[in-house]
Amino acid sequence: MSAAHTGTYTPVFVGERKKQLDDLLTRYPTKLAALLPALWIVQDATGWVSEDGMVEVAHALDVTPAYVKGVVTFYTMYHQHPVGRHFIQVCTTSPCQICGAEEVRDAFLKATGCEELGVTSSDGKYTVIEVECLGACGFSTPVMINEQFIESVTPAKVPEILAGLK
Amino acid sequence: MGYPHKSHAKETAMLSKHFGNREAMSLDSWKKLGGYKALETALGMTPADIVTVVKDSGLRGRGGAGFPTGMKWSFMKPSDGKPHYLICNADESEPGTFKDREIMRWTPHAVIEGCAIGAYAIGAETCYIYIRGEFTEPLERMEAALREARAAGIVGKNAMGSGTTINIWVHKGAGAYICGEETAMMNSLEGKRGNPRIKPPFPAVAGVFGQPTTINNVETLAAVPHIINHGASWYAKYHRADNPKSTGTKLYSVCGNIRKPGNYEVAMGFPFKDFLYDLCGGPLAGRKFKAIIPGGISVPIQTVDEAEASPMDYEGFVAHGTMLGSGGVIVVDDAQNLVKFIARAARFFAHESCAQCTQCREGTAWTTKIVERIAAGDGSTEDLDTLLSIADNMTGKTICVLSDSCATPVVSGITKFRTDFESLIKTRHRHPVPVLA
Repeated sequence: MSAAHTGTYTPVFVGERKKQLDDLLTRYPTKLAALLPALWIVQDATGWVSEDGMVEVAHALDVTPAYVKGVVTFYTMYHQHPVGRHFIQVCTTSPCQICGAEEVRDAFLKATGCEELGVTSSDGKYTVIEVECLGACGFSTPVMINEQFIESVTPAKVPEILAGLK
Repeated sequence: MGYPHKSHAKETAMLSKHFGNREAMSLDSWKKLGGYKALETALGMTPADIVTVVKDSGLRGRGGAGFPTGMKWSFMKPSDGKPHYLICNADESEPGTFKDREIMRWTPHAVIEGCAIGAYAIGAETCYIYIRGEFTEPLERMEAALREARAAGIVGKNAMGSGTTINIWVHKGAGAYICGEETAMMNSLEGKRGNPRIKPPFPAVAGVFGQPTTINNVETLAAVPHIINHGASWYAKYHRADNPKSTGTKLYSVCGNIRKPGNYEVAMGFPFKDFLYDLCGGPLAGRKFKAIIPGGISVPIQTVDEAEASPMDYEGFVAHGTMLGSGGVIVVDDAQNLVKFIARAARFFAHESCAQCTQCREGTAWTTKIVERIAAGDGSTEDLDTLLSIADNMTGKTICVLSDSCATPVVSGITKFRTDFESLIKTRHRHPVPVLA
């Protein structure tokens, strides 16, 4: 039984966020087209896209929760489970790989205490993943930490970057 | 210009002229630099005349396919009573490519102006700029520039007082390479999984929301204001003396094992050898180039000899065993073994396959397993034949070309750099074979 059914779920689309969604709906000829933006609103508000979040989006856009889940699972940027407070994505695709991206990835894994990729550190602070091409290959290695995009990261810069996170 | 480096004298900085210049970002300074003059001119022309000018300029799609832009626009039937749509493809995700990112970061108004002219030319009242979700900074810059342009009446109802409606919206992607494929992008925009569609129908007939649609790359649209301002023949004069089929300038993103990675803009037909050694500074100290990929990871790998003989235009690269593609130049030096590089490329495609076609879903996964096995020292010579056979089954047989793109580095890698594979196979780890009773 999900929280939406038991009444413990706090709806996302209220107040300012409801207005934001209504405004989005004016941009497209169909309600469904607002699905990706609506999921972004849910993730920005709650840190991830829960099953209850999917149910709420489904109701708002007149589609089934199963349909929404089908879309959510297609796109890698929607978190289907809670992640660390600092979500660290290291680009390791071929152009960065030949410039030392794997060492950067390992430096993050070590310094954050995350034992492996995709696993959140025991203090809940960090999750480190490999990401496919971040589109900044000339500035290898690019790293994204939440919304922050950092260029030219080397293993030596990792401790300083982590210390600078709020 | 070679951002983040200073402009090189041999560059032709048209789109990249203001890279690195924070002044160019705001509407006021953009107008002082001559911005939105082309839109004003265009709104005083008929849409058909704009299409003719763009056709005559020889501008071709800069996203990878190189299709003539004016011709693409001419497929949109005027006054068919249907709503038309323009989509600006800013889902730049091709490994090795980071040019659209710089265009949006530094000159967001150039993109808006190109979109507005394009929308007017194809009779579209709505344009969506589909930007990949990871591009947080370009997303912010484009949103901010659009707010300025709307407030100034440049876009919206009655754009620049012309009576024409041109609404432009940013649509944020959510992490899927395949959404850069135009029909997948339309599905994604509609709120669906980003699976490519079977063509026909082509987008100009039934595109996004089932309506006539044109999809152009950021760099293509950003070139349009220059063509309107200076004329088709001015743009067309940038070409190789013996090849008028590729015109204008092209932005190249340069990365990998090279001294000065960055974005460079040169006229069509520029010698690739001068580009690599002169503009980009050549190999790292004590190293030599081993392999070059000129157009993003989906195009065939070149040997250094092939690269050094290539003129940089659509036909020039084809004549030397590869394609211009997106202009993402990836340089690999002699310190690398290409097998590891190709294994990681295959893993990329396996991760990004939408999985609707069997050849791609299975082919990308098995290719990855086998190339990774070879890279780990557990491969055999037969594996190379197996890889080529899988690649053959992956080429030309699927809805979109992601499958072909995965096969490309494998085939060109095995045929041109076989010794890299063989050196790993020769040193194969010998596991004891269990003896069956």
